[in-house]
Amino acid sequence: MKSNSSNKKMGLSTILTIASLIGIVVLLYMIDQHGFLGSYWTRVLRLSGVYAISALSMNLVNGFTGQFSLGHAGFMAIGAYVTSLLIIPTPNKAIQYYVTPVLDFVGKMHAPFWLALILGGLLAAIAAFFIGFPVLRLKGDYLAIATLGFSEIIRIFITNLIPITNGPMGLKNIPASANIWWTTGICTLTVVFMLRLMDTSYGRAIKAIRDDETAAEAMGISLFRHKMMAFMMGAFFAGVSGGLIASVVGTINPGFFRFTLAYEILLIVVLGGLGSITGSVVGAFVLTISREWLRFLDNGFSILGIIKVPPIAGMRMLFFSVLLMIVILYSRRGLFGSNEFTWAGLFAFPGKWKNKAANLFDSAKQKAGRKK
Amino acid sequence: MSVLEMREATMRFGGVIAVESLNLEVNLGEIVAIIGPNGAGKTTAFNMITGVYAPTSGLILFDRDGSKEMQTITGMRPDLITKLGVARTFQNIKLFQEMTVLDNVLISSHIGVKSDVFSAIFGLPHYLKEEKAMRERSMELLDKVDLADEAAELATSLPYGKQRKLEIARALATKPRLLLLDEPAAGMNPTETQELTDFVYKIRDEFDLTILLIEHHMQIVMDISDRIYVLDFGKLIAQGVPEEIKNNERVIDAYLGVADD
Repeated sequence: MKSNSSNKKMGLSTILTIASLIGIVVLLYMIDQHGFLGSYWTRVLRLSGVYAISALSMNLVNGFTGQFSLGHAGFMAIGAYVTSLLIIPTPNKAIQYYVTPVLDFVGKMHAPFWLALILGGLLAAIAAFFIGFPVLRLKGDYLAIATLGFSEIIRIFITNLIPITNGPMGLKNIPASANIWWTTGICTLTVVFMLRLMDTSYGRAIKAIRDDETAAEAMGISLFRHKMMAFMMGAFFAGVSGGLIASVVGTINPGFFRFTLAYEILLIVVLGGLGSITGSVVGAFVLTISREWLRFLDNGFSILGIIKVPPIAGMRMLFFSVLLMIVILYSRRGLFGSNEFTWAGLFAFPGKWKNKAANLFDSAKQKAGRKK
Repeated sequence: MSVLEMREATMRFGGVIAVESLNLEVNLGEIVAIIGPNGAGKTTAFNMITGVYAPTSGLILFDRDGSKEMQTITGMRPDLITKLGVARTFQNIKLFQEMTVLDNVLISSHIGVKSDVFSAIFGLPHYLKEEKAMRERSMELLDKVDLADEAAELATSLPYGKQRKLEIARALATKPRLLLLDEPAAGMNPTETQELTDFVYKIRDEFDLTILLIEHHMQIVMDISDRIYVLDFGKLIAQGVPEEIKNNERVIDAYLGVADD
């Protein structure tokens, strides 16, 4: 009996998953073919998908393995530059390097978009391998500072390798290959990859390292090997997301990959929930969309007609600072904690809230009773 | 026939000598206890054996079959020592708190995994076979320690005594030959303490173990141990069978105290 009912539930959630996937595909088709959302909001959705990949890659290292790393901007930069240099058409490249001519090899190299993304990710992973050797021996804040430092070193290398990267001038006219299919598709693949990884023995091992390093090591788990594995996988996906961002935005320069980029992604991860795949994806969409939607705050506004706020660029960022403070104060583990979305959880949700409300009501009543 | 040998093992933290020139030997199949007052260096000795600390000087030798050719494990990495066949529990329970009881035990099977991470992610048949075997073995193990019914619960939701048992089960899943138990009776209620002696005998016979334990509960120590080492301020002050230790003047002075009557 028991197994029968759980089978039925499994069947139902599979059907719901397939149905919602079909729904997403139809939606994407409408957006892509019928300009359903307009190019501006389509672009915002594309960016959201890309940020979701970045956030997932950061969550793998910070949330699941418990290693506080802030080096993501560097890995994204590597991915962005490798991908851009491979997909910008050769004649176009020659025009862009007008101060210092481009290296012959770099000028001539070219690859299809999918291969460029993979190569960008791989190069980021290789960089992570060499950076990981010294820094993964560190813990906590020390690791954060060291990875942040390496990320800046990567950026400074890019700024100064002018014959390859065009230095501070950056790269322009990057082909917009990353349409909504690419961004959503790769985002979905990343989610599936993460879900699968967490379901394997290796996923359990990195979560064990997060929970208690001493105990994990005493159970025979090599800390260094598993941290390195997570770090390289994280760098790979960060590189891929960097390549996608370059293609969505169309121009890149070293300034784009300052450490503030790593903070932006960290904000998504923390708001969504460290150690939650669902949290990173939802967080990326919510934050990226609201960052665009809140643009009206930058144009100046008045509060109740009394206090007039003049137009200040970046005013909307204040909103995110306040949001972060509220989350840290009242819901320290983010929107999802380390939980994942499940259909069963969704259906149980209204009931849970009803219970919570009822409890709150009861305790209020008790308090009132005591006062009497 | 010894499984573990410590030769003149010394651990120094700055000016403090936590363990000084400790000589200790554990033979195949024995249950040996280390006792002594708080701060005597018992847990430090454990940490040296398991590689958490590298001894300042001295040697630690191990052989899983108790043959003549022992191998040095002095200063080796903890995970490699575990792979050789030494497992431990912790004085202050160190379970993986955000995981289920079953996952806690599954973790220890990870050392045996032969498939690489990508075959695992893509769910290739040879990994799935390993995963299935791991789960079966872990459930079997939980069954043997009477925790099978709680397999899906969070480790931290278990009562204290069961958490101690789970820690032992998790250590057993690494397939050890030498098991180090750091105060297994601490925090247990009298019934659980009573059962612990039988439990330790049971797992020793079932898993062919040699056991080294630290314990403050004297009744358990005297009941269970073949031999006892007594530490005080990092120095070995006595060793021998329980009867000898009970009547040893120095041990009574330093640790056991004199009975009131």
